[in-house]
Amino acid sequence: MAEAEERLRFNEMFHIEGGNFINAGAISSRVKKILKEAGFPGKIIRRTSIAAFEAEMNVICYANHGNLSLLITPSFLKVVVKDEGIGIPDVNLAMSEGYSTASEKIRELGFGAGMGLANIKKNTDEMILTSKLGEGTHLEFIIYLDGQETQFSSE
Amino acid sequence: MTLKEIKDILSAEVISGDHDLEKEIKYGFAADLLSDVLALGRGSGVLTLLITGITHPQVIYASNIFDLGAIIFVRGKRPAEATLQLAIENQIPLLATPYIMFETCGLLYQHGLKPSIMRVKNG
Repeated sequence: MAEAEERLRFNEMFHIEGGNFINAGAISSRVKKILKEAGFPGKIIRRTSIAAFEAEMNVICYANHGNLSLLITPSFLKVVVKDEGIGIPDVNLAMSEGYSTASEKIRELGFGAGMGLANIKKNTDEMILTSKLGEGTHLEFIIYLDGQETQFSSE
Repeated sequence: MTLKEIKDILSAEVISGDHDLEKEIKYGFAADLLSDVLALGRGSGVLTLLITGITHPQVIYASNIFDLGAIIFVRGKRPAEATLQLAIENQIPLLATPYIMFETCGLLYQHGLKPSIMRVKNG
């Protein structure tokens, strides 16, 4: 991974404000736009956007603030989401479909069904989730490009 | 079928996207949980109609991920102003029907609209 990191072609960080439901989804929309303009295949864009959307919602629903970074190398896309917030007491439990601690407000928005983290895992090739209770959560996921040509491919 | 046909079948009002009524729609997906849209949305987004009662802006952000063809709000629901603006920006046509979700789906199915996904695995 270290060698691949050296070939970083694109790196942008977006701030996410916890509790700001009005703009929830705006960051992942920007991620999608960047990938679309860069000419990534539709399937890669969709998988990355879905995972980014779920991750963005998690920060908005459960954290005070956080940031989402999009990194692009010639061989993979990586998204890193760090937040400062309540954290996750049991990561394995949180990963299981249907488990949710969402408030009524979150559920009214049509979220909080306990599908988010499982959906991130389903749409990505690698996923790492760590959390410290009362401090925050760190999520990283990778989607491999499998030799797909993009504007970031050339040496 | 076209959006115009969908509009007529459902006595729907076009909230935005008047110029897009000739757009072809082949598939439907109905949900009031955005989590389900994100988890189950599949297939050809541009040919898919989302049938929902969710009217806040997140429905547009979620639909945008799948490049959905159009959204129809059921039960006479109307989108918030922010939702409408986002839909216009993202060029997603919005319709509204007084029919409940069950009836909306039933009428469209009867007229030949197909499910975007038939069933879930291991469900």
